[in-house]
Amino acid sequence: MSRIGVFVCDCGLNIARTVRVGEVVEFAAALPGVVMAEEYKFMCSTPGQELIQESIERHNLDRVIVAACSPLMHEKTFRKVMEKAGLNQYLLTIVNIREQCSWVIEDKDKATAKAKALINGAVHRSRLLTSLDSRMIDVQPGVLVVGGGIAGIQTSLELAAMGTKVYLVEKSPTIGGHMAQFDKTFPTLDCSACILTPKMDAVLQNPNIELMTFSEVTEVKGFVGNFDVTVRQKARYVDHDKCTGCLSCVEKCPGRGPSEFDEGLERRKAIYIPFPQAVPQKPVIDRDSCIYFKKGKCRLCEKICEQGAIDFEQEDTDREITVGAIILATGYDLMDTSPLVQYGYGTYQNVYQALEVERLFNATGPTEGNVVMRDGREPESIAILHCIGSRDKNYHEYCSRVCCMYALKFAHLFKEKTSADVYQLYIDMRCFGKGYEEFYNRVLEEGVKFIRGKAARVTDRATTPDEEGKLIVEAEDTLSSQFLRLPVDMVVLAPAMEARADAGEVSRLFNVSLDKNKFFIERHPKLDPLSTMTEGVFLAGTCQGPKDIPDTVAQAMGAAAEALTIVGKEQLELEAATAFVNPSECCGCHNCVRVCPYSAPSFNSEKGVSEINEALCKGCGLCGATCPTGAITMRHFTNDQVMGELEGLMEL
Amino acid sequence: MASPVTPYLEISQAIEDAGGEALRKCYQCGTCTGVCPWSSLSDFNIRKFIRQGQFGFDGIEEFMWDCSTCNYCVSMCPRGVEIIDIVRAVRRVYSEGGQLPESLRAFVGSLSARGNPWSGDPDKRNDWCRGTCPEYAAGTEYLYFTCCTVCYDPRNVHVARATAGLLDRAGIDWGLPSTNVNCCGESAAKVGNADLFERLKNNNIEIFESNNVKNIIVNSPHCYYTFTKEYGGEYKIIHTTELLADLIREGKLIPTKDLGGTRVTYHDPCYLGRHSGIYDAPRDVLRSIPGIDFVEMDRIREQAMCCGGGGGGLWTERNKGERLSDLRVEEALETGATILATACPYCISMLEDSVKTLGASEKIMVKDVTELVFESLESLV
Repeated sequence: MSRIGVFVCDCGLNIARTVRVGEVVEFAAALPGVVMAEEYKFMCSTPGQELIQESIERHNLDRVIVAACSPLMHEKTFRKVMEKAGLNQYLLTIVNIREQCSWVIEDKDKATAKAKALINGAVHRSRLLTSLDSRMIDVQPGVLVVGGGIAGIQTSLELAAMGTKVYLVEKSPTIGGHMAQFDKTFPTLDCSACILTPKMDAVLQNPNIELMTFSEVTEVKGFVGNFDVTVRQKARYVDHDKCTGCLSCVEKCPGRGPSEFDEGLERRKAIYIPFPQAVPQKPVIDRDSCIYFKKGKCRLCEKICEQGAIDFEQEDTDREITVGAIILATGYDLMDTSPLVQYGYGTYQNVYQALEVERLFNATGPTEGNVVMRDGREPESIAILHCIGSRDKNYHEYCSRVCCMYALKFAHLFKEKTSADVYQLYIDMRCFGKGYEEFYNRVLEEGVKFIRGKAARVTDRATTPDEEGKLIVEAEDTLSSQFLRLPVDMVVLAPAMEARADAGEVSRLFNVSLDKNKFFIERHPKLDPLSTMTEGVFLAGTCQGPKDIPDTVAQAMGAAAEALTIVGKEQLELEAATAFVNPSECCGCHNCVRVCPYSAPSFNSEKGVSEINEALCKGCGLCGATCPTGAITMRHFTNDQVMGELEGLMEL
Repeated sequence: MASPVTPYLEISQAIEDAGGEALRKCYQCGTCTGVCPWSSLSDFNIRKFIRQGQFGFDGIEEFMWDCSTCNYCVSMCPRGVEIIDIVRAVRRVYSEGGQLPESLRAFVGSLSARGNPWSGDPDKRNDWCRGTCPEYAAGTEYLYFTCCTVCYDPRNVHVARATAGLLDRAGIDWGLPSTNVNCCGESAAKVGNADLFERLKNNNIEIFESNNVKNIIVNSPHCYYTFTKEYGGEYKIIHTTELLADLIREGKLIPTKDLGGTRVTYHDPCYLGRHSGIYDAPRDVLRSIPGIDFVEMDRIREQAMCCGGGGGGLWTERNKGERLSDLRVEEALETGATILATACPYCISMLEDSVKTLGASEKIMVKDVTELVFESLESLV
């Protein structure tokens, strides 16, 4: 006969205000199999836990029931208490009399009755519980970081500093991401390259980091602690082991393509490095712009290269790696503003989007850091338009968080490099971070003009002689209630920060979910912003949502810590409440394989039966319910145990 | 000016109760005033109007009749505020309080007494047809619902005749409604007279139901919008330009007479374009006319400039220099077009008026798309 102890928590007033706890305790104490029942104000607190532990020892309990809040809150807490008291943790039952009882019922009689029924059910089940042994699995020591922007770089450096082996996979030919394209960063006006390139170099030099650029993950199998990943290293047509990075090939190459790094403002060679500080400093050949690949002629680079590093026969190669944890740091894209025809991007040559302007300001950009427009002129007046595609139900409802600040940065840089009049058209000024409001003040003092009113339209139709040859921005200055026509030479748009176009594919590869704006979704927005619902896969940076560099770096460091909670251990404990197949009863119908959302069951064709991978199994019960022969047992939720609970619930 | 103001939330509540709950969503970004066609012509400021509504501030009465309900603000609003609903609600609150302006009283009175805004004799609603048109009976495939303006206005009557001619030529099974129908009621609704609108609507719905009407052809985008979005029936509403585009594509109507390179431009009526999303059908129809030199104006499609006729604007006197249709005709003249085509009786009235007052009658003609197609058919011998 079992010796069950029932512990009912008041949870302050959360439970006690609605459920008559004393009555429930009396009721429980009288149930068959129950040796003692106690009430306590905060069972999860240290004295509460000690109460349970002492009671186990004093009354020689062999089963424990804690009636309190949701098991999601404290099942782990009380399982530890069981272990300390020498009892198997699976002999614990949590009864939820808060979220599912006192918090949803107003009537005290009804709430108390329900609490009693729930505990009765738990007692019936508890008698039938058996000890279960947790399995330990070995954890693979490496971490895969997907994406080599500032988030991926920072998280790799943190992990490497702990001696962890990191595989940093980046799909473009260099690491650095969008941050490498920026000129100065707000609010300190640090030169972006000056703070980024040392980190890029640190990644290259770090023996713990294996850098795979021009590579993409094509398959992920396995589970937390043991992910089997296939990385495809795309053909560069340059052998990086032989290449010395002298770049003579780049000098002479006749092929041309649009420079992705310069946002299409410039052309680059077919054999190229994206920017002078690229890591690695070794070129790749872009098939689409290479004359040899397009027409079968040239091969000039091959002739020039003294190391014989050019290899037109090179093929994509696949590499299999095994890691314990994965961090996604795949970044963002800026929204394409061409569909917003009212702003004229793509129609009027002197309308720019933010990243193009970064390239203009940057000394390595198409204009060597001078503010010169596409028509060759220097602007004498510039308008910066906020919220193009953000905070807009017609495009993206969310605020992109960084644009107010970079708009201020642009205004400052325009004032520094030109003598132009600078206007900002905004709805709100969002300057929330450290030093941000002060930066706004500084820019105001530099004489930038702020117009509170979202820009309605950009047109080139002049209505007065002063407007000839200008772009006219139409908007209302809401603060003075006047409709404005603002003639300027240059218009800068602040486009929305969007999730990457391939977010859907990436989410399927890594089994993570997307939120309604297609950013990767975190486990909990406040308390767990870096984990996903897939154990062992973490997030860092703008792939989780728009944010600036300080927040990205903080998240990257946090994600490294999260990954270390997995790979910092040699073994992981697996949840024991999983399914298992009795092979002598399995009829080989494959139904379990078909229904499982976690791909845990697989069919062993040699033996002719299904087998369940306990690391993948979440114990959801779908296979157990589906199995036609009853060959599958759900540990900790066997048929008897579940029926027992139902009987107890309905008994009263 | 110098004394502080206090919010008068009873007024905001009244506006919300009259259908203006969208007041709450507005975050005053000013996009609406930025795109409003009136902003560069007058002191009408739609954002400020909403602000005044949000707090019950004075001044909301001054400009409340100026909005021509063109939908440009609604389509661009980043918060999805139903601005026209707010305008209607404010107008309802004030007109029920007896504050309908003089210029609008005549047409509202006529709607109420005669079921049409033109003081026309209701029994003579179908007289434009001179007795040659079929009457709709239950089982007829299409009801051709003639907008009051094409029935009674001397200029727009030609549109009705052209449409009837086209329907006959294409062999469509159609009929006119009995003279018991009345105005679709759109203008009444837009000036805030919700009760009158309900009365007009219910009368029409009863006639449609009892005659088992399934398909309704309309000339007026205002009728199109009202029947589609505010009548709530199972009928299929078809605008003449949509019908013509289909008939021409199917070869049932063949525009034949060559225009010899005449330059034609097209004005998107707000209720056909921005309100109902029909931009391509009229253009397809025009482009199918042989010898046409089709050009677009500067502001077209979703960015089209309103003619000023909606929301009661057709009956409102405006000072010279404050007329949208003047600007639109000037835009048309700039393209070098000699024909300004459109597809709405209100637009035709407004644009014709502007052509005259600008002294441009020798330079440009205003035509409905149906008229142009009818004129391009080979004459039946």
